[in-house]
Amino acid sequence: MMKQGVFELAENTVLTGKVSSLRLTGDVSAIEIPGQFVQIQLDGLFLRRPFSVCDRDDNSFTVLYETAGTGTELLRTLPTGTELDVLTGLGNGFDLYRCGDTPLLIGGGTGISPLYWLAKELLKSGVSPKALLGFNTADDVFYADEFEALGIETLITTADGSRGIKGLVIDAMDKPYSGFYACGPEAMLRAVCEASSKPGQISLDRRMGCGFGACMGCTVMTWNGPKRICKEGPVLDREEIIWED
Amino acid sequence: MGRLSVDLCGIELDNPVIPASGTFGYGYEFAELYDINCLGTFSFKGTTLEPRYGNPLPRIAEAKAGMLNAVGLQNPGVEAVIRDELPRLAKCFHKKVIANVSGFSIEEYAEVCRLLDNEPLVGWLEVNISCPNVHGGGMSFGTDPKAAAAVTRAVKAVTTKPVILKLSPNVTDIVSIARACEDAGADAVSLINTLLGMRFDLKTGKPILANNTGGLSGPAVFPIALRMVWQVSQAVKIPVIGLGGVSSADDVIEMMMAGATAVQIGAANLIDPFICRDIIRELPARMDHYGIAKISDLKGGSR
Repeated sequence: MMKQGVFELAENTVLTGKVSSLRLTGDVSAIEIPGQFVQIQLDGLFLRRPFSVCDRDDNSFTVLYETAGTGTELLRTLPTGTELDVLTGLGNGFDLYRCGDTPLLIGGGTGISPLYWLAKELLKSGVSPKALLGFNTADDVFYADEFEALGIETLITTADGSRGIKGLVIDAMDKPYSGFYACGPEAMLRAVCEASSKPGQISLDRRMGCGFGACMGCTVMTWNGPKRICKEGPVLDREEIIWED
Repeated sequence: MGRLSVDLCGIELDNPVIPASGTFGYGYEFAELYDINCLGTFSFKGTTLEPRYGNPLPRIAEAKAGMLNAVGLQNPGVEAVIRDELPRLAKCFHKKVIANVSGFSIEEYAEVCRLLDNEPLVGWLEVNISCPNVHGGGMSFGTDPKAAAAVTRAVKAVTTKPVILKLSPNVTDIVSIARACEDAGADAVSLINTLLGMRFDLKTGKPILANNTGGLSGPAVFPIALRMVWQVSQAVKIPVIGLGGVSSADDVIEMMMAGATAVQIGAANLIDPFICRDIIRELPARMDHYGIAKISDLKGGSR
Protein backbone atom coordinates (compact mmCIF):
# COMPACT_ATOMS: atom_id res chain seq x y z
CA MET A 1 0.00 0.00 0.00
CA MET A 2 1.38 3.37 -1.07
CA LYS A 3 2.43 5.88 1.58
CA GLN A 4 3.35 9.55 1.42
CA GLY A 5 6.07 10.76 3.77
CA VAL A 6 8.86 13.21 4.39
CA PHE A 7 12.31 11.66 4.19
CA GLU A 8 15.70 13.08 5.14
CA LEU A 9 18.59 12.84 2.74
CA ALA A 10 21.26 10.86 4.63
CA GLU A 11 23.77 10.26 1.82
CA ASN A 12 24.13 11.53 -1.75
CA THR A 13 27.21 9.75 -3.06
CA VAL A 14 28.80 10.11 -6.49
CA LEU A 15 29.57 6.62 -7.85
CA THR A 16 30.77 7.41 -11.38
CA GLY A 17 30.83 10.43 -13.70
CA LYS A 18 27.07 10.31 -14.12
CA VAL A 19 25.72 7.88 -11.53
CA SER A 20 25.04 8.63 -7.86
CA SER A 21 23.37 6.86 -4.99
CA LEU A 22 20.88 8.49 -2.67
CA ARG A 23 19.96 7.17 0.76
CA LEU A 24 16.85 8.59 2.42
CA THR A 25 15.70 7.96 5.98
CA GLY A 26 12.08 7.84 7.11
CA ASP A 27 9.08 5.52 7.22
CA VAL A 28 9.97 2.76 4.75
CA SER A 29 7.16 0.41 5.81
CA ALA A 30 5.38 0.69 2.44
CA ILE A 31 8.46 -0.52 0.52
CA GLU A 32 7.78 -4.24 0.59
CA ILE A 33 8.96 -5.94 -2.59
CA PRO A 34 12.14 -5.59 -4.69
CA GLY A 35 11.27 -3.96 -7.99
CA GLN A 36 8.93 -1.42 -6.41
CA PHE A 37 9.73 2.26 -6.89
CA VAL A 38 9.33 5.62 -5.19
CA GLN A 39 8.25 9.05 -6.51
CA ILE A 40 10.35 11.94 -5.20
CA GLN A 41 9.11 15.53 -5.26
CA LEU A 42 11.75 18.13 -6.09
CA ASP A 43 11.50 21.89 -5.53
CA GLY A 44 10.59 23.77 -8.69
CA LEU A 45 9.48 20.70 -10.62
CA PHE A 46 5.81 19.86 -11.01
CA LEU A 47 5.86 16.11 -11.61
CA ARG A 48 7.50 13.78 -9.13
CA ARG A 49 10.43 11.71 -10.38
CA PRO A 50 10.35 7.89 -10.18
CA PHE A 51 13.28 5.77 -8.93
CA SER A 52 13.53 2.02 -8.38
CA VAL A 53 14.47 1.02 -4.85
CA CYS A 54 18.02 -0.38 -4.86
CA ASP A 55 18.12 -1.36 -1.19
CA ARG A 56 16.26 -0.84 2.04
CA ASP A 57 16.78 -1.42 5.75
CA ASP A 58 14.61 -0.71 8.79
CA ASN A 59 14.62 3.07 8.48
CA SER A 60 16.11 4.00 5.11
CA PHE A 61 16.14 3.16 1.43
CA THR A 62 18.62 3.72 -1.38
CA VAL A 63 18.11 4.59 -5.03
CA LEU A 64 20.70 4.84 -7.80
CA TYR A 65 20.27 7.53 -10.43
CA GLU A 66 22.00 8.75 -13.54
CA THR A 67 21.99 12.48 -14.22
CA ALA A 68 19.97 12.64 -17.41
CA GLY A 69 17.81 15.75 -17.13
CA THR A 70 16.60 18.64 -15.00
CA GLY A 71 15.34 16.48 -12.14
CA THR A 72 18.37 14.26 -11.70
CA GLU A 73 20.76 17.20 -12.17
CA LEU A 74 18.96 18.97 -9.34
CA LEU A 75 19.02 15.79 -7.24
CA ARG A 76 22.80 15.56 -7.58
CA THR A 77 23.21 18.99 -5.93
CA LEU A 78 21.10 18.26 -2.83
CA PRO A 79 23.03 18.23 0.47
CA THR A 80 22.70 15.86 3.39
CA GLY A 81 19.79 16.84 5.63
CA THR A 82 17.51 17.95 2.80
CA GLU A 83 13.90 16.95 3.44
CA LEU A 84 12.07 15.37 0.51
CA ASP A 85 8.41 14.47 0.03
CA VAL A 86 8.29 10.89 -1.25
CA LEU A 87 5.56 8.47 -2.29
CA THR A 88 6.73 4.95 -1.38
CA GLY A 89 5.53 1.43 -2.08
CA LEU A 90 4.66 2.00 -5.74
CA GLY A 91 4.37 -0.71 -8.38
CA ASN A 92 4.17 -4.48 -8.20
CA GLY A 93 7.77 -5.69 -7.81
CA PHE A 94 9.46 -8.96 -8.80
CA ASP A 95 8.11 -12.43 -8.06
CA LEU A 96 10.90 -14.21 -6.14
CA TYR A 97 9.72 -17.64 -7.22
CA ARG A 98 9.07 -16.99 -10.90
CA CYS A 99 12.49 -17.69 -12.38
CA GLY A 100 13.83 -20.85 -10.72
CA ASP A 101 16.58 -21.63 -8.21
CA THR A 102 19.54 -20.23 -10.14
CA PRO A 103 18.33 -17.09 -11.91
CA LEU A 104 20.50 -14.53 -13.66
CA LEU A 105 20.09 -10.92 -12.55
CA ILE A 106 20.77 -8.98 -15.73
CA GLY A 107 21.27 -5.24 -15.36
CA GLY A 108 22.39 -2.54 -17.75
CA GLY A 109 23.61 0.80 -16.34
CA THR A 110 21.32 2.14 -13.60
CA GLY A 111 19.01 -0.76 -14.44
CA ILE A 112 21.08 -2.80 -11.98
CA SER A 113 19.46 -0.77 -9.18
CA PRO A 114 16.39 -2.91 -8.34
CA LEU A 115 18.40 -6.11 -8.86
CA TYR A 116 20.59 -5.46 -5.80
CA TRP A 117 17.76 -5.64 -3.26
CA LEU A 118 16.24 -8.45 -5.32
CA ALA A 119 19.52 -10.40 -4.94
CA LYS A 120 19.39 -9.98 -1.17
CA GLU A 121 15.77 -11.12 -0.93
CA LEU A 122 16.36 -14.07 -3.28
CA LEU A 123 19.25 -15.23 -1.10
CA LYS A 124 17.00 -15.01 1.98
CA SER A 125 14.43 -17.15 0.16
CA GLY A 126 16.95 -19.87 -0.63
CA VAL A 127 17.38 -18.91 -4.27
CA SER A 128 20.94 -18.68 -5.65
CA PRO A 129 21.17 -15.84 -8.16
CA LYS A 130 24.13 -14.74 -10.25
CA ALA A 131 24.61 -11.13 -11.33
CA LEU A 132 25.39 -10.09 -14.89
CA LEU A 133 26.01 -6.38 -15.07
CA GLY A 134 26.60 -4.51 -18.32
CA PHE A 135 28.34 -1.16 -18.78
CA ASN A 136 29.97 0.80 -21.59
CA THR A 137 33.47 1.19 -20.13
CA ALA A 138 35.42 0.36 -16.96
CA ASP A 139 34.90 3.94 -15.78
CA ASP A 140 31.13 3.44 -15.85
CA VAL A 141 31.13 0.39 -13.56
CA PHE A 142 29.40 0.75 -10.19
CA TYR A 143 27.97 -1.58 -7.52
CA ALA A 144 30.08 -4.52 -8.73
CA ASP A 145 31.72 -4.71 -5.28
CA GLU A 146 28.35 -4.53 -3.54
CA PHE A 147 26.99 -7.46 -5.57
CA GLU A 148 30.17 -9.47 -4.92
CA ALA A 149 29.94 -8.69 -1.20
CA LEU A 150 26.62 -10.59 -1.17
CA GLY A 151 28.68 -13.67 -2.02
CA ILE A 152 27.13 -14.18 -5.44
CA GLU A 153 29.00 -14.70 -8.69
CA THR A 154 29.10 -11.33 -10.45
CA LEU A 155 29.99 -11.04 -14.12
CA ILE A 156 30.81 -7.66 -15.62
CA THR A 157 30.62 -6.87 -19.31
CA THR A 158 31.84 -3.67 -20.93
CA ALA A 159 31.16 -2.70 -24.52
CA ASP A 160 34.80 -1.69 -25.06
CA GLY A 161 36.32 -4.58 -23.09
CA SER A 162 38.08 -2.29 -20.62
CA ARG A 163 36.77 -4.41 -17.75
CA GLY A 164 35.39 -7.93 -17.52
CA ILE A 165 34.00 -9.60 -20.59
CA LYS A 166 34.12 -7.55 -23.80
CA GLY A 167 30.69 -7.15 -25.32
CA LEU A 168 27.08 -6.97 -24.23
CA VAL A 169 25.30 -8.88 -21.46
CA ILE A 170 23.95 -11.36 -24.02
CA ASP A 171 27.57 -12.31 -24.81
CA ALA A 172 27.93 -13.62 -21.24
CA MET A 173 24.81 -15.79 -20.94
CA ASP A 174 26.42 -19.08 -21.97
CA LYS A 175 26.49 -20.80 -18.54
CA PRO A 176 23.39 -22.63 -17.24
CA TYR A 177 20.73 -20.59 -15.41
CA SER A 178 17.11 -21.23 -14.49
CA GLY A 179 15.63 -17.90 -15.61
CA PHE A 180 16.31 -14.19 -15.50
CA TYR A 181 15.31 -10.92 -13.91
CA ALA A 182 16.32 -7.97 -16.07
CA CYS A 183 16.30 -4.18 -15.95
CA GLY A 184 18.08 -1.72 -18.20
CA PRO A 185 17.96 -0.09 -21.62
CA GLU A 186 15.11 -1.24 -23.85
CA ALA A 187 17.47 -2.63 -26.52
CA MET A 188 19.24 -4.74 -23.89
CA LEU A 189 15.97 -6.10 -22.49
CA ARG A 190 14.77 -7.06 -25.92
CA ALA A 191 18.11 -8.68 -26.82
CA VAL A 192 18.01 -10.70 -23.59
CA CYS A 193 14.51 -11.94 -24.39
CA GLU A 194 15.58 -12.89 -27.90
CA ALA A 195 18.71 -14.65 -26.61
CA SER A 196 16.95 -16.70 -23.91
CA SER A 197 13.98 -19.03 -23.85
CA LYS A 198 13.97 -19.28 -20.02
CA PRO A 199 11.34 -17.77 -17.72
CA GLY A 200 11.99 -14.10 -17.17
CA GLN A 201 10.72 -10.96 -15.49
CA ILE A 202 11.51 -7.52 -16.85
CA SER A 203 11.30 -4.16 -15.12
CA LEU A 204 10.25 -1.54 -17.67
CA ASP A 205 10.87 2.19 -17.51
CA ARG A 206 8.34 4.60 -19.02
CA ARG A 207 7.74 8.32 -18.67
CA MET A 208 5.18 8.59 -15.88
CA GLY A 209 2.74 11.12 -14.52
CA CYS A 210 1.41 10.25 -11.09
CA GLY A 211 3.11 6.90 -10.41
CA PHE A 212 0.10 5.35 -8.68
CA GLY A 213 -2.35 4.46 -11.42
CA ALA A 214 -4.50 7.59 -11.68
CA CYS A 215 -3.44 9.37 -14.85
CA MET A 216 -2.99 6.53 -17.37
CA GLY A 217 0.15 8.29 -18.57
CA CYS A 218 2.37 5.19 -18.66
CA THR A 219 0.05 2.49 -20.00
CA VAL A 220 1.63 -0.04 -22.37
CA MET A 221 -0.24 -2.57 -24.45
CA THR A 222 0.70 -6.14 -23.52
CA TRP A 223 -0.46 -9.55 -24.72
CA ASN A 224 -2.65 -9.49 -21.59
CA GLY A 225 -4.21 -6.13 -22.45
CA PRO A 226 -3.30 -2.60 -21.37
CA LYS A 227 -1.14 -2.34 -18.24
CA ARG A 228 -0.12 0.73 -16.30
CA ILE A 229 3.66 0.49 -15.81
CA CYS A 230 3.28 2.30 -12.47
CA LYS A 231 0.55 0.02 -11.12
CA GLU A 232 0.37 -3.39 -12.86
CA GLY A 233 4.13 -2.93 -13.58
CA PRO A 234 6.89 -1.92 -13.64
CA VAL A 235 7.71 -5.66 -13.58
CA LEU A 236 6.12 -7.69 -16.38
CA ASP A 237 6.56 -11.33 -17.34
CA ARG A 238 8.62 -11.60 -20.50
CA GLU A 239 5.78 -13.35 -22.32
CA GLU A 240 3.48 -10.35 -21.83
CA ILE A 241 5.67 -7.76 -23.48
CA ILE A 242 4.93 -6.57 -27.00
CA TRP A 243 8.23 -5.27 -28.38
CA GLU A 244 7.62 -2.33 -30.65
CA ASP A 245 9.63 -1.82 -33.82
CA MET B 1 -27.13 22.72 4.59
CA GLY B 2 -23.68 22.69 6.17
CA ARG B 3 -21.15 25.47 6.06
CA LEU B 4 -19.37 23.93 3.08
CA SER B 5 -22.37 22.55 1.24
CA VAL B 6 -23.42 23.73 -2.21
CA ASP B 7 -26.24 22.85 -4.57
CA LEU B 8 -25.24 21.46 -7.95
CA CYS B 9 -28.26 21.15 -10.25
CA GLY B 10 -30.58 20.19 -7.44
CA ILE B 11 -28.24 17.70 -5.75
CA GLU B 12 -26.63 18.88 -2.52
CA LEU B 13 -22.87 18.43 -2.21
CA ASP B 14 -21.36 18.32 1.30
CA ASN B 15 -18.61 20.55 -0.06
CA PRO B 16 -17.66 22.03 -3.43
CA VAL B 17 -14.49 19.92 -3.90
CA ILE B 18 -14.64 17.53 -6.89
CA PRO B 19 -11.66 15.58 -8.26
CA ALA B 20 -11.63 16.16 -12.02
CA SER B 21 -12.04 13.51 -14.67
CA GLY B 22 -8.87 11.79 -15.80
CA THR B 23 -7.01 12.40 -12.56
CA PHE B 24 -9.00 10.13 -10.24
CA GLY B 25 -9.63 6.98 -12.28
CA TYR B 26 -12.89 5.34 -11.20
CA GLY B 27 -12.15 6.32 -7.62
CA TYR B 28 -10.98 3.13 -5.99
CA GLU B 29 -7.22 3.77 -6.29
CA PHE B 30 -7.84 6.74 -4.03
CA ALA B 31 -10.33 4.87 -1.84
CA GLU B 32 -7.38 2.69 -0.78
CA LEU B 33 -5.69 5.84 0.53
CA TYR B 34 -8.53 7.65 2.30
CA ASP B 35 -12.30 7.61 2.68
CA ILE B 36 -13.39 9.28 -0.56
CA ASN B 37 -16.86 9.88 0.90
CA CYS B 38 -15.39 13.12 2.27
CA LEU B 39 -15.50 14.52 -1.29
CA GLY B 40 -18.36 16.61 -2.64
CA THR B 41 -18.37 14.09 -5.47
CA PHE B 42 -15.89 13.21 -8.22
CA SER B 43 -15.91 13.00 -12.00
CA PHE B 44 -14.83 9.60 -13.24
CA LYS B 45 -12.46 8.80 -16.08
CA GLY B 46 -13.72 9.91 -19.50
CA THR B 47 -15.78 7.05 -20.91
CA THR B 48 -16.50 6.26 -24.54
CA LEU B 49 -18.78 3.75 -26.27
CA GLU B 50 -15.94 1.39 -27.24
CA PRO B 51 -12.84 0.53 -25.18
CA ARG B 52 -9.87 2.75 -26.02
CA TYR B 53 -6.19 2.10 -25.42
CA GLY B 54 -5.40 5.76 -26.03
CA ASN B 55 -2.32 7.38 -27.52
CA PRO B 56 1.19 5.95 -27.86
CA LEU B 57 3.78 6.81 -25.19
CA PRO B 58 5.18 9.22 -24.08
CA ARG B 59 1.85 10.69 -22.98
CA ILE B 60 3.19 12.99 -20.25
CA ALA B 61 5.63 15.90 -20.22
CA GLU B 62 6.79 18.32 -17.53
CA ALA B 63 6.05 22.05 -17.80
CA LYS B 64 6.74 25.04 -15.59
CA ALA B 65 4.15 24.86 -12.79
CA GLY B 66 2.25 22.22 -14.70
CA MET B 67 2.25 19.29 -17.04
CA LEU B 68 1.18 18.24 -20.49
CA ASN B 69 -0.82 15.10 -21.09
CA ALA B 70 -1.92 13.33 -24.25
CA VAL B 71 -3.46 10.19 -22.78
CA GLY B 72 -6.12 10.09 -25.47
CA LEU B 73 -9.12 8.90 -23.44
CA GLN B 74 -7.86 5.47 -22.42
CA ASN B 75 -10.87 3.71 -20.90
CA PRO B 76 -12.50 0.26 -20.89
CA GLY B 77 -15.66 1.41 -22.69
CA VAL B 78 -19.10 2.16 -21.25
CA GLU B 79 -20.28 -1.46 -21.00
CA ALA B 80 -17.26 -2.46 -18.89
CA VAL B 81 -17.67 0.70 -16.81
CA ILE B 82 -21.27 -0.24 -16.02
CA ARG B 83 -20.47 -3.93 -15.52
CA ASP B 84 -17.16 -3.69 -13.58
CA GLU B 85 -16.21 -0.20 -12.47
CA LEU B 86 -19.47 1.16 -11.06
CA PRO B 87 -20.23 -1.90 -8.86
CA ARG B 88 -16.65 -1.73 -7.54
CA LEU B 89 -17.04 1.99 -6.89
CA ALA B 90 -20.40 1.48 -5.16
CA LYS B 91 -18.63 -0.52 -2.44
CA CYS B 92 -16.48 2.44 -1.41
CA PHE B 93 -18.45 5.52 -2.52
CA HIS B 94 -21.94 6.22 -1.23
CA LYS B 95 -22.67 9.50 -3.00
CA LYS B 96 -23.70 10.34 -6.53
CA VAL B 97 -20.78 10.41 -8.97
CA ILE B 98 -20.30 12.54 -12.08
CA ALA B 99 -20.10 10.35 -15.18
CA ASN B 100 -17.69 11.90 -17.66
CA VAL B 101 -18.56 11.02 -21.24
CA SER B 102 -16.65 11.44 -24.49
CA GLY B 103 -17.48 10.63 -28.07
CA PHE B 104 -16.55 10.86 -31.69
CA SER B 105 -20.03 11.57 -33.04
CA ILE B 106 -23.21 13.10 -31.68
CA GLU B 107 -24.81 9.64 -31.78
CA GLU B 108 -21.99 8.18 -29.69
CA TYR B 109 -22.28 10.86 -27.01
CA ALA B 110 -26.02 10.21 -26.84
CA GLU B 111 -25.65 6.43 -26.70
CA VAL B 112 -23.10 6.50 -23.86
CA CYS B 113 -25.31 8.92 -21.92
CA ARG B 114 -28.40 6.78 -22.57
CA LEU B 115 -26.62 3.73 -21.16
CA LEU B 116 -25.38 5.62 -18.09
CA ASP B 117 -28.80 7.19 -17.50
CA ASN B 118 -29.98 3.91 -15.93
CA GLU B 119 -27.20 3.89 -13.32
CA PRO B 120 -28.41 4.99 -9.87
CA LEU B 121 -24.85 5.83 -8.74
CA VAL B 122 -24.57 8.44 -11.51
CA GLY B 123 -25.86 11.83 -10.39
CA TRP B 124 -24.76 13.98 -13.30
CA LEU B 125 -23.49 13.47 -16.84
CA GLU B 126 -20.46 15.58 -17.70
CA VAL B 127 -20.12 15.70 -21.46
CA ASN B 128 -16.55 16.30 -22.55
CA ILE B 129 -16.61 18.35 -25.75
CA SER B 130 -13.10 19.60 -25.09
CA CYS B 131 -10.55 16.77 -25.16
CA PRO B 132 -7.58 18.14 -27.13
CA ASN B 133 -5.87 14.75 -27.51
CA VAL B 134 -8.13 12.79 -29.83
CA HIS B 135 -8.80 13.24 -33.51
CA GLY B 136 -12.19 13.49 -35.18
CA GLY B 137 -14.17 14.15 -32.02
CA GLY B 138 -13.59 15.56 -28.57
CA MET B 139 -12.58 19.16 -28.86
CA SER B 140 -14.05 19.67 -32.33
CA PHE B 141 -17.52 19.67 -30.75
CA GLY B 142 -16.45 22.22 -28.17
CA THR B 143 -14.99 24.81 -30.53
CA ASP B 144 -18.18 25.58 -32.44
CA PRO B 145 -21.36 26.86 -30.76
CA LYS B 146 -23.65 24.99 -33.18
CA ALA B 147 -21.87 21.65 -32.66
CA ALA B 148 -21.81 22.17 -28.88
CA ALA B 149 -25.55 22.87 -28.93
CA ALA B 150 -26.22 19.82 -31.07
CA VAL B 151 -24.38 17.53 -28.64
CA THR B 152 -26.23 19.13 -25.72
CA ARG B 153 -29.65 18.60 -27.33
CA ALA B 154 -28.84 15.00 -28.28
CA VAL B 155 -27.75 14.15 -24.75
CA LYS B 156 -30.62 15.97 -23.05
CA ALA B 157 -33.04 13.95 -25.16
CA VAL B 158 -31.86 10.64 -23.67
CA THR B 159 -31.45 11.44 -19.98
CA THR B 160 -33.27 12.90 -17.03
CA LYS B 161 -30.04 13.44 -15.11
CA PRO B 162 -28.47 16.90 -15.02
CA VAL B 163 -26.15 17.44 -17.98
CA ILE B 164 -22.89 19.36 -17.58
CA LEU B 165 -21.00 20.41 -20.70
CA LYS B 166 -17.23 20.47 -20.19
CA LEU B 167 -15.79 23.31 -22.23
CA SER B 168 -12.48 23.90 -23.96
CA PRO B 169 -10.38 27.01 -23.40
CA ASN B 170 -8.90 26.56 -26.88
CA VAL B 171 -11.48 28.88 -28.45
CA THR B 172 -11.75 32.53 -29.40
CA ASP B 173 -14.88 33.15 -27.33
CA ILE B 174 -15.75 30.63 -24.63
CA VAL B 175 -18.81 32.69 -23.65
CA SER B 176 -20.49 32.01 -27.01
CA ILE B 177 -19.99 28.25 -26.53
CA ALA B 178 -21.34 28.36 -22.98
CA ARG B 179 -24.40 30.34 -24.08
CA ALA B 180 -25.05 27.90 -26.91
CA CYS B 181 -24.98 25.00 -24.42
CA GLU B 182 -27.29 26.84 -22.03
CA ASP B 183 -29.75 27.66 -24.82
CA ALA B 184 -29.71 23.99 -25.88
CA GLY B 185 -30.74 22.90 -22.40
CA ALA B 186 -27.47 22.28 -20.53
CA ASP B 187 -27.93 22.19 -16.75
CA ALA B 188 -24.38 23.37 -16.03
CA VAL B 189 -21.02 23.94 -17.67
CA SER B 190 -17.58 23.00 -16.37
CA LEU B 191 -14.43 24.81 -17.47
CA ILE B 192 -11.64 24.76 -18.34
CA ASN B 193 -10.32 21.59 -19.92
CA THR B 194 -6.59 21.68 -20.71
CA LEU B 195 -4.87 24.22 -22.94
CA LEU B 196 -3.28 22.83 -26.08
CA GLY B 197 0.50 22.90 -25.69
CA MET B 198 3.76 21.30 -26.71
CA ARG B 199 7.31 20.52 -25.50
CA PHE B 200 10.42 19.50 -27.43
CA ASP B 201 13.29 17.25 -26.39
CA LEU B 202 16.35 19.49 -26.68
CA LYS B 203 18.63 16.52 -27.37
CA THR B 204 16.65 15.22 -30.35
CA GLY B 205 14.81 18.35 -31.50
CA LYS B 206 11.60 16.33 -31.60
CA PRO B 207 8.33 16.73 -29.67
CA ILE B 208 8.39 14.88 -26.32
CA LEU B 209 4.81 13.66 -26.63
CA ALA B 210 4.16 10.90 -29.15
CA ASN B 211 0.96 12.78 -30.03
CA ASN B 212 3.15 15.89 -30.60
CA THR B 213 0.70 18.14 -28.76
CA GLY B 214 -0.99 17.72 -25.41
CA GLY B 215 -3.12 19.48 -22.85
CA LEU B 216 -1.50 21.82 -20.32
CA SER B 217 -2.82 21.70 -16.76
CA GLY B 218 -1.57 22.63 -13.31
CA PRO B 219 -1.07 25.94 -11.46
CA ALA B 220 0.24 27.57 -14.66
CA VAL B 221 -3.30 27.71 -16.08
CA PHE B 222 -5.11 28.88 -12.92
CA PRO B 223 -5.37 32.60 -13.87
CA ILE B 224 -6.73 31.68 -17.31
CA ALA B 225 -9.32 29.40 -15.73
CA LEU B 226 -10.36 32.13 -13.29
CA ARG B 227 -10.77 34.62 -16.11
CA MET B 228 -12.91 32.26 -18.18
CA VAL B 229 -15.06 31.18 -15.22
CA TRP B 230 -15.59 34.85 -14.40
CA GLN B 231 -16.59 35.68 -17.99
CA VAL B 232 -18.89 32.68 -18.42
CA SER B 233 -20.57 32.96 -15.02
CA GLN B 234 -21.66 36.52 -15.85
CA ALA B 235 -23.10 35.45 -19.19
CA VAL B 236 -25.12 32.35 -18.22
CA LYS B 237 -27.69 31.55 -15.53
CA ILE B 238 -26.78 27.87 -15.12
CA PRO B 239 -24.11 26.82 -12.60
CA VAL B 240 -20.46 26.99 -13.62
CA ILE B 241 -18.05 24.38 -12.28
CA GLY B 242 -14.58 25.94 -12.17
CA LEU B 243 -11.39 24.01 -12.76
CA GLY B 244 -7.89 24.55 -14.02
CA GLY B 245 -4.82 24.59 -11.80
CA VAL B 246 -6.70 24.58 -8.48
CA SER B 247 -4.35 23.21 -5.82
CA SER B 248 -5.22 24.74 -2.44
CA ALA B 249 -8.17 25.76 -0.26
CA ASP B 250 -7.43 29.37 -1.17
CA ASP B 251 -7.66 28.48 -4.85
CA VAL B 252 -11.08 26.90 -4.25
CA ILE B 253 -12.30 30.08 -2.56
CA GLU B 254 -10.84 32.26 -5.33
CA MET B 255 -12.48 30.12 -8.02
CA MET B 256 -15.85 30.51 -6.25
CA MET B 257 -15.30 34.25 -5.95
CA ALA B 258 -14.83 34.24 -9.74
CA GLY B 259 -18.29 32.69 -10.09
CA ALA B 260 -17.93 28.93 -9.71
CA THR B 261 -20.66 26.98 -7.92
CA ALA B 262 -18.33 24.03 -7.35
CA VAL B 263 -14.67 23.43 -8.06
CA GLN B 264 -12.84 20.55 -9.68
CA ILE B 265 -9.26 19.62 -8.89
CA GLY B 266 -7.25 17.83 -11.53
CA ALA B 267 -3.48 17.77 -11.97
CA ALA B 268 -2.89 18.41 -8.26
CA ASN B 269 -4.23 14.90 -7.48
CA LEU B 270 -1.41 13.41 -9.52
CA ILE B 271 1.26 15.12 -7.41
CA ASP B 272 -0.40 14.80 -4.01
CA PRO B 273 -3.00 12.01 -3.90
CA PHE B 274 -4.36 13.35 -0.58
CA ILE B 275 -4.84 16.92 -1.74
CA CYS B 276 -8.65 16.89 -2.08
CA ARG B 277 -9.10 15.46 1.40
CA ASP B 278 -6.64 18.01 2.79
CA ILE B 279 -8.28 20.95 1.00
CA ILE B 280 -11.69 19.97 2.43
CA ARG B 281 -10.15 19.87 5.92
CA GLU B 282 -8.47 23.25 5.45
CA LEU B 283 -11.44 25.10 3.95
CA PRO B 284 -13.18 26.11 7.24
CA ALA B 285 -10.05 27.74 8.65
CA ARG B 286 -9.37 29.56 5.38
CA MET B 287 -13.01 30.73 5.30
CA ASP B 288 -12.60 32.03 8.86
CA HIS B 289 -9.48 33.85 7.71
CA TYR B 290 -11.39 35.66 4.97
CA GLY B 291 -14.57 36.15 7.00
CA ILE B 292 -16.69 33.82 4.89
CA ALA B 293 -19.56 32.34 6.92
CA LYS B 294 -20.86 29.85 4.34
CA ILE B 295 -19.10 28.87 1.14
CA SER B 296 -22.39 29.22 -0.73
CA ASP B 297 -22.33 32.93 0.20
CA LEU B 298 -19.59 33.39 -2.38
CA LYS B 299 -20.70 34.70 -5.73
CA GLY B 300 -20.88 31.35 -7.48
CA GLY B 301 -22.51 29.60 -4.55
CA SER B 302 -25.25 32.20 -4.30
CA ARG B 303 -26.44 31.70 -7.85
